Amino acid sequence: MDFLVFQYPMITVQACLDGILLGVLFALIAYGMALQWGVMNIINIAQGDLVILGGYIAYFMYLYGIHPAWGVIVAPVIMYFVGIAIYKLVINKVVDRDLFISILATFGISILFMQLMNFAFGADVVLANSGYGTTMLFDSNVVLPNSKIFSAFISILFAVCLVIYMKKSKLGRAIRATAQNARAAKILGVDTEKVYAATFGINAALCGVAGALISITFTIHPYMGLPYTIRSFMIVIVAGLGNLPGVAMSGMGLGVFEEFADYILGTEFRIGSVFLLLVLILVYRRFKLSRKREYLK
Amino acid sequence: MNRNNLILYIGILIFGIAAPFIFPAFKVQLSILCVLIVLATTWNIQGGEMGYNSFGNILFYGLGMYLCASVQVGMFFPLAEWTESGGEKTFVHTPAQFFQGMAVGLVVAAIVPTIIAGLIGYSILGLRGHYFAICTLGLGVAAGEISGGIEIIGAGQGFTTPPFPDVGSLEARGEFFYFLSFFTLILTFIAVRSIYSTRFKLILNAIRDNEDKAEAMGIETMKYKIIGWMISAFFCGLAGGIMGGLVGYIDSTDVAFDGREMGVFMVLMAILGGKGTLWGPIIGATIFHIFKEGFWTFFLGWQYVALGVLIVVIVIYFPEGIMGWLREKYPERFGEVVDEKDRKAQVELK
Repeated sequence: MDFLVFQYPMITVQACLDGILLGVLFALIAYGMALQWGVMNIINIAQGDLVILGGYIAYFMYLYGIHPAWGVIVAPVIMYFVGIAIYKLVINKVVDRDLFISILATFGISILFMQLMNFAFGADVVLANSGYGTTMLFDSNVVLPNSKIFSAFISILFAVCLVIYMKKSKLGRAIRATAQNARAAKILGVDTEKVYAATFGINAALCGVAGALISITFTIHPYMGLPYTIRSFMIVIVAGLGNLPGVAMSGMGLGVFEEFADYILGTEFRIGSVFLLLVLILVYRRFKLSRKREYLK
Repeated sequence: MNRNNLILYIGILIFGIAAPFIFPAFKVQLSILCVLIVLATTWNIQGGEMGYNSFGNILFYGLGMYLCASVQVGMFFPLAEWTESGGEKTFVHTPAQFFQGMAVGLVVAAIVPTIIAGLIGYSILGLRGHYFAICTLGLGVAAGEISGGIEIIGAGQGFTTPPFPDVGSLEARGEFFYFLSFFTLILTFIAVRSIYSTRFKLILNAIRDNEDKAEAMGIETMKYKIIGWMISAFFCGLAGGIMGGLVGYIDSTDVAFDGREMGVFMVLMAILGGKGTLWGPIIGATIFHIFKEGFWTFFLGWQYVALGVLIVVIVIYFPEGIMGWLREKYPERFGEVVDEKDRKAQVELK
């Protein structure tokens, strides 16, 4: 717990760059979270576990000799169908119910996935080695693995594609209409059931992409899902639903925060600091909102 | 009705006192059952009656566990050396020291979480609905992660609680912990029952049904919410302290702040039995514990898979719980007047 960060400015630069590249990935997961939250009014605690599952798909491709970067294409396809299956089995029964019911139900899915992945893939921390090498900046003072740059680039690519798809395509229009007013959309002939299934599938596919990228750049482990859920939840509440630039910005902010927490407090407090930050943000939000309420009075 | 109740209570009391002698092999299981019932019943105070679904009561449970064990050790021996020596016992408690430490430890384990609940209550309980649920989930996990990094209470490798002293009988440990937890259960039941017969319960229900309206009616909702949470925290801390002694080993994320197991169990037991009823959590906890022990032994390793499926099934198909189902079936039993016409009309509507 020394304060090297403040003595050597290069470490600060390193932490910021690492944090931004990491934050882009968080933003991608958070985008999926915002999508399903906005459309179906569901908070999916199993979000992080979908991410980890996507990561294992890429890892298995790596084990069988295929370059894990192809996981970016394969994982979302598989995860889309996993997402549809989860929707058909569980989520469509909790869509209209109390939010707490959906939280608890997805919590159950999360525990189920965690343990199934533990059985299927073992409890070891694994990573898929992409062999991309590193980039040195500023006289070799800042070291950036190329895989991180690659993952940030792919995340941005997918996010941009999705935004365009949501704006232009018929399904995208239907999804946006359902998010605005499900009843009115139904009256105008949108099959909301299908839209919900597709939304959940797209969310799972996004998680798959993010997971594949995480397995290349960082490590994956069956029990690492919950922190990703909490991070994406946090990003969405900071940015607000439907605020895409906000999601990107707060994702990067969270990434930078985490890197600094890692340097200053030590790695063992990294996850703890993320969860504490969530509590602090929610409490801050509560006081802000209550002031607004008093003003309305 | 009243006399029947009295007979029921006396019957349960006699059974409770006789149970460890009738089933000597299940003493530990029975003690755990008592602790589970305490947890489910107190979760129900703010989860069921107040409508604030918390995943974070595990915070008080874990806190109580660590506090009780630390006080029990720290009163007589240096705490840092104790945790450093780990499993090897360099210090031995005499029986008098053990029981003194346990008594003081339990008091501290009950009081400190209550104070903490009161302190953080104002900020946390201002959150509504799912924000509250996620925030408390975060609190529980954060507490687990942070306590896993603190050196003096064992950090990653865990903290061994003082072993039960040699008092001559091999059965003494099981009996001591059984009666301790059974006594706590009775205390909790009496406290919760007397709370539920006062205006306080009605206020909690008003907060659950419509908080803004309750506030408009002149109820200081925040005060009552905090008091409700503090009552929960008090008994959770106490239960945690007992459980720490019973398990004999405290680990930050697997025993104390075990949001994935105990934290969900409390919610699940209360929902299974029926939220917002006095007997629901008790019935729910009993059924859940029997089911869990049966399942855990026969499907070793698959227990979390079973738990996940169980959560999903209960939440989707059985959200009203056993008491809710009974209430729908026999409304007269619950003192509800049923209009025959109304009932017929409802049946026809279905």
